[in-house]
Amino acid sequence: MALPTLRDLADYLGQLDPDVIGHDMVCGELIVRARRGAIVRVLTFLRDDANCQFSQLMDLCGADYPEREERFDVVYNLLSLKHNQRIRVKVTTDEDTPVPSVAGVFPTATWFEREAWDLFGIFFSDNPDLRRILTDYGFDGHPLRKEFPLTGYTELRYDEEQKRVVYEPVQLQQDFRVFDFLSPWEGMTTVHLPGDEKADQETEDGKAAP
Amino acid sequence: MTTTEAPEAGVKIRPYSVNFGPQHPAAHGVLRLVLEMDGEVVERADPHIGLLHRGTEKLIEYKTYLQAVPYFDRLDYMAPMCQEHAFALAVEKLLGVRVPERGQYIRVLFSEITRILNHLLNVTTFALDVGATTPSLWAFEEREVLFEFCERVSGARMHCAYFRPGGVHQDMPAGLADDIWAYTERLPKFLEELEGLLTENRIFKQRTVDIGVVSRDDALGWGFSGPMLRASGVPWDLRKAQPYDVYDRMDFDIPTGTTGDCYARYLVRMEEMRQSLRIMRQCLTEMPKDGPVKAIDHKVSPPPRGEMKRSMEALIHHFKLYTEGYHVPAGETYSAVESVKGEFAVYVVSDGTNKPYRCHIRSPGYVHLQALDLMSKGHMLADVVSIIGATDIVFGEIDR
Repeated sequence: MALPTLRDLADYLGQLDPDVIGHDMVCGELIVRARRGAIVRVLTFLRDDANCQFSQLMDLCGADYPEREERFDVVYNLLSLKHNQRIRVKVTTDEDTPVPSVAGVFPTATWFEREAWDLFGIFFSDNPDLRRILTDYGFDGHPLRKEFPLTGYTELRYDEEQKRVVYEPVQLQQDFRVFDFLSPWEGMTTVHLPGDEKADQETEDGKAAP
Repeated sequence: MTTTEAPEAGVKIRPYSVNFGPQHPAAHGVLRLVLEMDGEVVERADPHIGLLHRGTEKLIEYKTYLQAVPYFDRLDYMAPMCQEHAFALAVEKLLGVRVPERGQYIRVLFSEITRILNHLLNVTTFALDVGATTPSLWAFEEREVLFEFCERVSGARMHCAYFRPGGVHQDMPAGLADDIWAYTERLPKFLEELEGLLTENRIFKQRTVDIGVVSRDDALGWGFSGPMLRASGVPWDLRKAQPYDVYDRMDFDIPTGTTGDCYARYLVRMEEMRQSLRIMRQCLTEMPKDGPVKAIDHKVSPPPRGEMKRSMEALIHHFKLYTEGYHVPAGETYSAVESVKGEFAVYVVSDGTNKPYRCHIRSPGYVHLQALDLMSKGHMLADVVSIIGATDIVFGEIDR
């Protein structure tokens, strides 16, 4: 049976799987939230079930939302060649809680998980080879976390006297410039300009100030 | 690191490791490969990547949507426009902007030019790796013509920044369409000559046939896409399966290989170039002769220069677009295109501001390089060079 729409697929998954917490349609794409502990089971089901057949894991990445209790999202983007559909599965985690590795289901996940570990510090249990991958040998920190500064902490240069590359703390000639583009033209309800403090206060006879 | 012992019966060689690259002409950039060898035979290949890591994803989080576009040129610097295409499609989807028809045709036309650019380079440097010098010298001459087309349309040979969210930066200059048409008439003869040098070449076949074989199931499990997947016999092409822009109106075939080895990958790429020429000619004939090439909504795409000089409204739009940029409604999308090497996709999360909250780049080369261990296991050291050449890796996109 070929599934005609993603909506049907969402209902199908929702009935069948207690490990799927919820689903959502954003921009015409199906997002499924799964329980962290059950991710291996969910992905295996998605890969093998005749109505799903998501035989390819195209992408796996992390995303950081520091204001949340479990700050990281791990995002799995699957593709079904059979049904020509895509689905996105998400689980959440924090700095300390490991996510079960799906390298046993999709071998391609190994490097993607290494990347998520390297850049976000998301730990994947049972990954056969969880080393850093993109950053320098001996790098410290996880650069894609929101609190990591864009410039990083160390810089390196070739030292002519020592005849080798030396690492030094970053020294900026000027501060990194960030402009606040939350335009007061659109954000007047929340942004108070200097001198506008009384704008929202109501006058004594109950009318808003002019 | 070689340790040899000479027990009473013959010489016994313990496995040893070889550092391949990062400074090696056949490493196609800055690949450092640690090979565990048993004599001449590779037992395990461990690619060390990241030597070209520039933190593109982090940088994009600090740039407006328009400022992020040039970073995509610098990922896979052999296929700049296809990658801009993926980002442009993602942002357009989040914004809900429709690209005018002529803009879509120009995009498809230049995506295919990019494909030929890349395949010409890949096929010939691959041949160079396995010992054939002539093809690369020939192909570089042809590529120069294509670079000129890119320069005429965007002002830059390689880092074009031409596909922008909402369309393309500017219309094609007069006469370019005729020159591209003339080129599509000329190139098939060159491809024939190129094939004459390689396809039946005994040395080339000895170095590529049955090397790095990947079965259909392995190719799926390891996330292959593009020519690598098609060489393993899976007729999958996003331009057909999930068409974007005007690919649904194009008539072209998807070449597939049967053997899944390096030779099949070469053959698939050669045929893809011919199909690209077909698409280019269809674009040139079907393209509306005039009309806008970018979205008319000036909240997203800048007004024409002349109008800006006269109209206050246009001046404000111009100023706002190039300082603040546009605000993209909150949402997220995974937008993929059939880039020259496979599925290139961006996963963009927007939070309603003028900068992407998160922009993950899914590069096909990263996935293909991961399977190098699978492909090279049990092969000779010299075969690793063939496999790297046929995998078509470019470090700009792998290290990001």
